Amino acid sequence: MKKLTFRIGGIHPADSKISASCQIETLPLPEKMYVSMAQHLGAPATPIVAVGDKVKAGQVIAEPSGFISAYVHSPASGTVTAIAPRADIAGNMMTHVEITVEGDEWMEGIDLSNTLVTEIPSDKAFILDRIKMNGVVGLGGATFPTHVKLAPPPGKKAECVILNGAECEPYLTSDTRIMIERSSEIVVGAAIISVALDGCPVVIGIEENKPEAIQAMTQAVETLRKTVPACACIKVETLKKKYPQGGEKQLIDAVMRRQVKSGALPIDAGAVVQNVATALAVYEAVQKNKPLVTNVLTVTGECQKEQHNYLFRIGMPLSFVAQQAGGVPEQAAKIISGGPMMGKAIANLEAATVKGSSSLLYLTEEQTKRPAATACIRCGRCVDACPMGLEPNLLFKLAKAGEMEQLEANSVHDCIECGCCLYGCPAGVPLLDLIRPAKGDVIRIIRSRK
Amino acid sequence: MQKLLVSPSPHIHTDVTTRRLMLDVVIALLPATLVSIVFYGWSELLVLAVSILSCVGLEWVITKYLLKRDCTIGDMSAVVTGLLLALNLPSITPWWVVFIGAVVAIGVAKLSFGGLGQNLFNPAIVARVFLLISFPAIMTTWPEINAAEAWRGFDAETGATLLGEGVDVTKITIGDALFSAGSAGEISVLALLLGFVYLLVRRVIKPWITLSIWGTVLVFAGILYLVDPSVYMSPVVALLSGGIMLGSIFMATDYVTSPMTTRGGIIFGVGIGLLTIIIRCWGSYPEGVSFAILLMNACVPLINKFCPSKKFGRA
Amino acid sequence: MSSTILWTILVLFALGVVLAVMLYLLASKFKVEEDPRIDEVEKVMPGANCGGCGFAGCRAFAQSCVEAGNLDNNFCPVGGNDTMKQVAAVLGLEVKEKAPQVAVVRCNGTCENRPRTSTYDGIASCRVQSMLYTGETGCRYGCLGCGDCVNACSFGALSMDPSTGLPVVDESKCTACGACTKACPKAVIELRNKGPKGMRVYVSCVNKDKGAVARKACAAACIGCGLCVKTCTKGAITMENNLAYIDYEKCKLCRECEAVCSTGAIAGVNFPKALDKDAIKARIKERQAKAAEAAKAAAEAAKAAAAEKPETKEA
Repeated sequence: MKKLTFRIGGIHPADSKISASCQIETLPLPEKMYVSMAQHLGAPATPIVAVGDKVKAGQVIAEPSGFISAYVHSPASGTVTAIAPRADIAGNMMTHVEITVEGDEWMEGIDLSNTLVTEIPSDKAFILDRIKMNGVVGLGGATFPTHVKLAPPPGKKAECVILNGAECEPYLTSDTRIMIERSSEIVVGAAIISVALDGCPVVIGIEENKPEAIQAMTQAVETLRKTVPACACIKVETLKKKYPQGGEKQLIDAVMRRQVKSGALPIDAGAVVQNVATALAVYEAVQKNKPLVTNVLTVTGECQKEQHNYLFRIGMPLSFVAQQAGGVPEQAAKIISGGPMMGKAIANLEAATVKGSSSLLYLTEEQTKRPAATACIRCGRCVDACPMGLEPNLLFKLAKAGEMEQLEANSVHDCIECGCCLYGCPAGVPLLDLIRPAKGDVIRIIRSRK
Repeated sequence: MQKLLVSPSPHIHTDVTTRRLMLDVVIALLPATLVSIVFYGWSELLVLAVSILSCVGLEWVITKYLLKRDCTIGDMSAVVTGLLLALNLPSITPWWVVFIGAVVAIGVAKLSFGGLGQNLFNPAIVARVFLLISFPAIMTTWPEINAAEAWRGFDAETGATLLGEGVDVTKITIGDALFSAGSAGEISVLALLLGFVYLLVRRVIKPWITLSIWGTVLVFAGILYLVDPSVYMSPVVALLSGGIMLGSIFMATDYVTSPMTTRGGIIFGVGIGLLTIIIRCWGSYPEGVSFAILLMNACVPLINKFCPSKKFGRA
Repeated sequence: MSSTILWTILVLFALGVVLAVMLYLLASKFKVEEDPRIDEVEKVMPGANCGGCGFAGCRAFAQSCVEAGNLDNNFCPVGGNDTMKQVAAVLGLEVKEKAPQVAVVRCNGTCENRPRTSTYDGIASCRVQSMLYTGETGCRYGCLGCGDCVNACSFGALSMDPSTGLPVVDESKCTACGACTKACPKAVIELRNKGPKGMRVYVSCVNKDKGAVARKACAAACIGCGLCVKTCTKGAITMENNLAYIDYEKCKLCRECEAVCSTGAIAGVNFPKALDKDAIKARIKERQAKAAEAAKAAAEAAKAAAAEKPETKEA
């Protein structure tokens, strides 16, 4: 079968999926959980509970505070013991609702059984409402509220839904595991998304280094196609292993052979991209009325004794997750939330898990320490690697000199911060480090002009 | 637990470093170097030793005592320059001429521009051209290829080179071109091609610049040959003789002095090919690769400006 | 031979004449009318083009001075009052004198005071580090130590002290242009009045956390205890968000706040004598005792007055 891929740039880091064969385990509940109000892109949610309130798992504890915002639900049953600022993984303060866990009682109306519900509601508004009320956000990294993404602005029509199962970041295996273990649910979730977008066809793109996942998903689609009519428009495509295959624009290019124009949104190219984990969350929200309070994360790294894929609840302190996995390994020099290419280094292990948490990755000093920067030898590797076709070496120089006009002329605002340039630089020039803030500046300048 | 490292993403890094790339170039040059040592003997060893040691030594002295900044000999680029310079000289070049070449290469062409990555012209070629203009007699006297004689002493009988004065270029055969006297690195085309393959396999360079030079030389020399075979040499001989192989594989592909994009690289290569043949046929020097590369080096900033990379979503 | 020379001279001469005429015509056609006073003002400017005045450079500043017709909103921090007087003289305007200022680093989070909790491993830029996380120490507010301020300074007045990890201001070179205050993502650097003979007192901390948190992160943090506010007799100190701030316009340099500060967050610099904490504390005690007595007396007087009141009522 032909393998799809994007056409510009890309790199091939070792995929290091050492936890790919570890089954998903369910974590026990800690004594206290800290639910952040900023678990999604956009305005932080506003708490609607008060200290001393009794809450049940799945109960709404915060409401969206803007158009782009999301509901937050209690991950466990217990008492609200504090609503106070608490440091996130970067040390920045954000309001957290502290819940002291008592038992595990869920709200009524939530179906906690494992039975597959294949009858898909036909009412679009009902689907979107369920997704919104259950606080579903994109779980591919950006945590953009899903109900907003599934309601294209008037005049724009989705021609293809792409379900992102690329998981192109090295080490991460949470998507791989759910595609293997919960393939049918993901396929039904995909069908729901398709229905919400007027029966738009769905392509599930999976990188070739996950044959088990490809097989499981293909089989699930084949089986469900016979009984569920909405699944007829779903197909699975194999993608080449190349980073950043899972980048939204790259994935659209790979699957649809279309390049989203600079400054435009995927919907302008007729595409809606959703992560497979989001499809699972959509399934649970619509079919089971279960809010997004659980997700799967990978605890991995060569220095970690046992690899794990955990079903966690939002609000668990990362230190608790680490403890459950046997503690932070001695040699770990850096702990990353997310993949090694785009994930965030954790400065504060007391921070709590959020909806978008995908991993706890331990890297040793040898693996992660930045090489000392030497002179650029103009080898052009960064230019070849950039999936957006930019010239990172030039942008770096311009950013250093603060040449805003030239930066804009050289499309710095198209940068997707994938890290390909810095990964492959033989001179260890910290290209992205300076391009990132320059991109922010230029985007601000462009916005201020409008 | 130790203090955690925190840095912006990405958190992993390739193990390809500048030093490793330079080391690969040195390895790729080894076959040609070995061939030159075997056939030119002691005198070639002396040239190699003087060239490499003085390039590295000069870089160390200048960065440390003149520029007073971090010493950069660790990146091996001075070794590459020294090796290339030696392979661009006749093996009987006196040691002091080689040293002057090293001063020009490292002192003038490289460090006065700001060191590795900043130089506009390829240091080894600047040195070669400087020596060619300053010491034309020394630079165009090549010893006979004779492995047996070469190891007797430092004196060698001079012989004819393929593209010397008064040579009827139409009489040269492909066999001659594949293996002929000349600057030390130009003896064996096969040894150079072996290096080319190594560089490609290790992904040190991309083939486009080299291939576009070859293609241009073949096409342009072919047209001339079709026009008048009694004056112009056959295109294959034109490609295999002189310094085109050494220049196109190791000098034109120098990262610092070649364009960033593939498109720019092809324009760069076509320019070198055209200029080389033009200088050979109508210039006052029998060989033109060095001049062609230098002239095109000067055009690189312009080429970079007019051949930007192809941006995503801006068709 | 002579005709060649003659022709050469003639041709060059003719060329010169033609070009001169063209230059004259073009210059007169595209002449830009400008107020000549702009040039005059620019001449008296320092010419550093630092942007400290808020304009792109000295010429832009001069232009603004000429066009505005007054000097109320324009001040050159680098040249100071002297330059402004000269500008005023050129334009025949009046200028208000400003107290000379200096950049003050309001952080004393040295390596000993503020233990590192993580290691930053990205590019040495405070801005990049502050975008990434709250910094290498437990203090979310203090100096990040990458030296963006040092890079921003065009006068060489700032340098990093490797022993403390904090920037140091060279008062003799600092022109109070404010470039460092803008470069610092944590707003640690403030422009403050230089004070008589450079003497000044300021709170060397910007931590707004509650006392216990701040203290845990840094031994020299302002913990918001409010002792200084209570002690100050000039009302120069305000407390906001657990952080004291000394108004340099009101401060009379009595150093009482410095003496009572338990963490040493308040710093007095350039005083001829070392701070004698005990003497000052004794002085404060005495004054407070007196004040207490006075208050007591006043209270008694008030009581007495109150006791007398009914009588007055009757009357």
